[in-house]
Amino acid sequence: MLLINCPHCGARDEAEFSCGGEAHIARPLAENSINDTQFADYLFFRHNPKGIFLERWRHAAGCRKWFNAVRDTVTDEIIEIYPMGGLPKSKAGKQAHAENWRRASAAEKAAMPATKGKK
Amino acid sequence: MGIFSSQKDTMRAPSTGRINRSKPVTFTFDGKRYQGFEGDTIASALLANNVHLVGRSFKYHRPRGIMASGSEEANALVRVGKGAYAEPNLRATQVEIYDGLYAESQNRFPSLKVDVGAVNSLLSRFFPAGFYYKTFMWPASLWMTYEHVIRNAAGLGRVADDPNDPDRYEHTHAHCEVLIAGGGAAGLMAALQAAKSGARVILADEQNELGGWLLGESDVMIDNKPADSWIAAQVAALSAMDNVTLLPRTTVFGYGDHNFITMCERVTDHMGTRPAHLPRQRLWKIRATEVILATGAHERPLVFSGNDLPGVMLSGAGRTYANRFGALPGRRVIITTNNDDAYRTAIALQKQGVMVRSIADIRANPKGPLISAAKEAGIEVLAGHAVTVAAGNLRVGRVEICPVNADASSVTGEALHRDCDLVLMSGGLSPAVHLHSQARGKLKWDEKTLCFRPSTYHEREQSAGAANGTFDIAKLLAEAVKVASKALTRQGLSAEDVSVPESSAPKQSFAPIAAWKIANGLPAGQGDKAFVDFQNDVTGSDIQLAVREGYHSVEHVKRYTTNGMATDQGKTSNINALGILANSLQNEIPNVGTTTFRMPYTPTSIGAIAGRDIKGLFDPVRRTRMDSWHQQAGATFEHVGQWMRAWYYPQAGESMEDAVNREVVAARTTAGLLDASTLGKIDIRGKDAAEFLNRVYTNAWLKLGIGRCRYGLMLKDDGMVMDDGVTTRLGENHFHMTTTTGGAAGVLDWLEEWHQTEWPELEVYMTSVTEQWSVATLSGPLARQILSEAGCDTDLSDGAFPFMSMKESHVAGIPARLFRISFTGELSYEINVPARYGLALWTALMKAGKPHGITPYGTEAMHVLRAEKGFIIVGQETDGTVTSTDLGMQWIVSAKKPDFIGKRALERKSMASTDRKQLVGLVTKDPKKVIPEGAHAVLDPTEPAPMTMLGQVTSSYWSPNLNHSIAMGLLKNGHALKGQTVYFPMLDGQEPIEATITDTVFYDPKGERING
Repeated sequence: MLLINCPHCGARDEAEFSCGGEAHIARPLAENSINDTQFADYLFFRHNPKGIFLERWRHAAGCRKWFNAVRDTVTDEIIEIYPMGGLPKSKAGKQAHAENWRRASAAEKAAMPATKGKK
Repeated sequence: MGIFSSQKDTMRAPSTGRINRSKPVTFTFDGKRYQGFEGDTIASALLANNVHLVGRSFKYHRPRGIMASGSEEANALVRVGKGAYAEPNLRATQVEIYDGLYAESQNRFPSLKVDVGAVNSLLSRFFPAGFYYKTFMWPASLWMTYEHVIRNAAGLGRVADDPNDPDRYEHTHAHCEVLIAGGGAAGLMAALQAAKSGARVILADEQNELGGWLLGESDVMIDNKPADSWIAAQVAALSAMDNVTLLPRTTVFGYGDHNFITMCERVTDHMGTRPAHLPRQRLWKIRATEVILATGAHERPLVFSGNDLPGVMLSGAGRTYANRFGALPGRRVIITTNNDDAYRTAIALQKQGVMVRSIADIRANPKGPLISAAKEAGIEVLAGHAVTVAAGNLRVGRVEICPVNADASSVTGEALHRDCDLVLMSGGLSPAVHLHSQARGKLKWDEKTLCFRPSTYHEREQSAGAANGTFDIAKLLAEAVKVASKALTRQGLSAEDVSVPESSAPKQSFAPIAAWKIANGLPAGQGDKAFVDFQNDVTGSDIQLAVREGYHSVEHVKRYTTNGMATDQGKTSNINALGILANSLQNEIPNVGTTTFRMPYTPTSIGAIAGRDIKGLFDPVRRTRMDSWHQQAGATFEHVGQWMRAWYYPQAGESMEDAVNREVVAARTTAGLLDASTLGKIDIRGKDAAEFLNRVYTNAWLKLGIGRCRYGLMLKDDGMVMDDGVTTRLGENHFHMTTTTGGAAGVLDWLEEWHQTEWPELEVYMTSVTEQWSVATLSGPLARQILSEAGCDTDLSDGAFPFMSMKESHVAGIPARLFRISFTGELSYEINVPARYGLALWTALMKAGKPHGITPYGTEAMHVLRAEKGFIIVGQETDGTVTSTDLGMQWIVSAKKPDFIGKRALERKSMASTDRKQLVGLVTKDPKKVIPEGAHAVLDPTEPAPMTMLGQVTSSYWSPNLNHSIAMGLLKNGHALKGQTVYFPMLDGQEPIEATITDTVFYDPKGERING
C-alpha cells in the first residue's frame, strides 16, 4: 500500500488513488496520416519497465485531480510528483522520459504540438 | 475433587510465576474441566494439570503435545468456543484462559487418545514427500474421489458451525513517528529512547503483557533489579507518557509498502464476560515514519526420531512454563542441545525441584560457566552425545542417548537408555525476521550463530535485539538505544540518549554447533520419524528424498514437501529444513537460499480483516425519494449498481410475467409512470462546454439550440461504446447530461480525465447532480393530458413543446424541468424536480392519472418497452467490444467533425472486418418461444459439437404489444444476414429455437407514436 503525496491534498494512502497507467502518451489526431500499425502504438502499446516509470495518478477519493509521478517499479519508491502537462525534473524521470521508445514513434510525431498531459 | 482432574496430577511449581494464584479459573478441554489461574494460557494450564497430549498431526495423525510457549507453536492447535463463536487453529500457547472457556483438540476421530486416522502412520511408507503428486495423479478420473477422502482426512480445524459470526470487529487508523513491533527488552528500551523525543510512539506486542522472553527468565538482572521488576518500571514509565501507545495482545502481522503496518489487537478474546461496547478484535492500519522490529527469536527443535512425541518440548519453552507460569512440564527431564542456552533451562528447572537427569550435548567439549554450573548442580553432562530416539505411548517415556560425531550425522557408540517424562531440545535461535522479510529486507547467514540476520533494508525499518541476531542482554539493550536514536535522527527528530542500564545474565556462548539431522543408529529411513515441520508432518527424510528425486531449489523443495507451508509458515522448521537441504546438496546454507515470508505473521481472522464492512455496511444501498411509495405499492426491487430500483409492481395474484405484461401494455395504451431518478446526471458549464461535448460524443453539438435535447453516444478511444444518454442545452454555456444509471460515476471520471489530461485549455466544469434531482417519466398516449391535469403551467402542445426539447415549468406547484424525450417510443415527459419534491411529484402524477388508468411500471417493463423500439442498453447490448458501427448506429457518428474520442479507431481496417459481431433483431418462428438471453446462434443445428457459433442473444422478452417474442443479439456479420434463419440449440434435448434475423426496431418502426 503506497503512500502517495497528492500535490493538492498531501500524503495519502494508495487506496484513495487510482492509477492511470503510462504518462506522456501523446494522442495523434484523426486527421494525421498515420497508419493502423502506428496508431496501435498509441492505442494499445504500453511501456512496462523494470525500473523508472512515468505514470499518471488520480486522487479519486480526494480532490479528483490528475497528476504525474516518477516511480521505480522495482522498489516502489515514488521519486517525483509533477503536474499534468509538465515534464519530470528529476534526473531519473528526465532520463526515463527521453529514453522511452514512444518518443520516436510515428504516433507521437503525429500528435498535435499543443497536446499536453496524458496522453 | 469430583470432576476435576485429581490433585496428584498437579504440576504447579511451589511459588513462582506471573499467574494470579488467588484467582483460580475453570475451563473445559475436550469435555473435561480443568483448573488454572488467571494469567495462564490453555497450554500452561494443561501442563500444570499434567496434560501433554493436545492434538493429532496433519498427515499421520500422530499424537502431539505442546512444543513451544508462543506464537511459533506448531502442534498445540485448538478450537476455542462453541457454535457460531467457535474459532479453529488457535495456538493453545497464546489463548489466555478465563472462567468457562471451552476448547477442543483438533484433527482426531473419534477421540484424541484413540484416533483411527493414526493408521496413516503405519502406512507412512506410502505417504512420502510429494505423495499427493505421486499417488493421486492416476487415473485422473478418480481425482474427485480421492480429493473427497483426502479433504476429510487432512486439514486442521473445523470452522464455526454457524457461518454468521456474531462478534463485532473494528478497524482503526493511526500514524506515528516510530512504531516498535515487540515489547521485550529491546522493544521497551527502543520505546524509551524514541519516546523521549516527544514523537508519537506505538509499541505492539503479541503477548498479554510486555516483557517478551524476560518474563520467563529467573537469572537476569537489569539496573540491579530482577528483570521483571525492571520491566514493570519501564512499562509504568512509558504508560505515563502521552505520546506513547502501548498495545499488548496486538500482533503486527503485515508489513506493506511505505511503512504501512497492519496489526490485530485481541481486545476481548481473553475475557469471560465481554463488554458490549468493545469489539472482539481491532485491526490497526498504521503509517509509521520509522519502524523498529524487536520481534525476538524462535528456538529451533533438534531433528531426531520421535521428536514430535507429547512431552518433547523446546528448551526455552520448558523454562518459560516453569518460571513464568509456575507450570512444570515434567518431573524427570532429559535435555538435548547443541548450544549453551539449554543449560540455563536445566539450572532453572532444577531450582524448581525438577529432576534434570542428563544433558546430552552434541558438542564434543562444551565449556563455560553454565556448563560448570550444571555439573556443580549434579546434572549429568554427556558431551558429544545426543538424544537419538524418543519413545513412549502418547507421551515420551524413555530416550536413547548415543555418542555422535561432530554434526550428529552418525552414531559412534553404544546407546544409553534413560527413563523420563520430558525431553527438552535446543537447536539454536532463529531471529524472527518475518516482518523484515515482508518489508523486502534482505538476510545474511551468520556462520557463528547459525542463523539468518537482517542485512539490508528496503523500507525505513531497523531490527534490534534478538530479531537482529543480538542475543546478549547487555548488547541488545545498547543496540536498541542506538537503533531508536537513528530512527529519530533519520526523520529530523532528536533526543539525548537514555542511559543503557547495567545488566547481568549468565555468561553464555551463542554459537551452536551445526547438527541438522540427528542419526538414530539405524540405516537411513529406518526407525521412527524425525520431524522438521511438525504442523505439516514433514520429516528430515522427506527433504532428503526430495533432493534424491531431483528437487534442488529451495522453493521447489518447499512446495514438494510442503515444509513451511502450514499456518505457522515454518517458524520453527525453515532453518532446519535448509540445513538438511544444504547437507543433501553438499552445499552451504547461504548458497541454498531462503524462501520469502509473506503476511500474515500469524493467522488473522477474516472477521478482523472485514471489520464493519459486512452485511448492510458492505456496500451502500441507494434509494430514490419515491422509494417509500414503491414499497407501499408492493413493488419488487432489483439492484442496479448500488441503487434499489422498483422492478415491477405485482398486484394480488399476479406473477412477474402478468405484472410486467400489464405494465408494458398500459404504457402504450394509457400511460405509465417510471421512477427514473437513478439516471446519472451531470451539470456541465463553461464557455467551452459545447466544444467539450463535441469531442466526447460522436455526433455534433455546437449548433444545438438552447432548450433542445440530443441523444449522444460516447466511445472510448478504441472506438468501443462506453455510454449513452440525452444531453440538453440549458443555456449558451450550460448543459445537463444524463448517463446510464450504472455508468454515472464512471462517465464523470471519464470526462474529468479528458478535460484534465488532454484538453486542459478548455474551460469547462462538471458536477454530478444525480442526487439533486428526482425524476418521474410519464409515458403513453395520455401523458400530455395527465401532465396537464396534474397542474402544469406550460403549453404542452406539440408546436410549443416539441419532441427533444426542455421547458422550465411547474408541475403541481413544484418547480420542474420537463424534458420531452422518450425511451419507450411513446409520447413521454421526463419530469425533473429538486430531489426533495420527488415523492410529492410522484403522488400528484398518480392522483391526476388515476382516472385515466395510469400505471406505475418498473425496470423490467422499461426494458421490454425499449426493446420493442430496438433501443440499446449499454452494458447489455454492449460489452466493451462493440462499436457504434457494430450497433448499426452510424447515423449518430459525425463524418464531418475533425475529431472525437474514438474517431480514428473506427477507421481502422479491422473495424470493417466481416468477422465482427453486429446487432440484429431476432424473431422466433414460434412466436410463443422466448429465446434465453445468452443463447448462442448457429446456422446449422445438426452440426456436431463443437458447433460454429455466430454470436449470442443480448436481450430477449415477450412483447405483449406485438403478441410475439422479440430479441436482439450480436451475430457475426449480422447486418448482412438479415432475413436468414438461425438456430439456438437448447440444453436437455430440447429442440433448437428457430428465429429469423430482422431489424432491431420491432414496434412502430416509423416512430409515429412519439407525438401521442
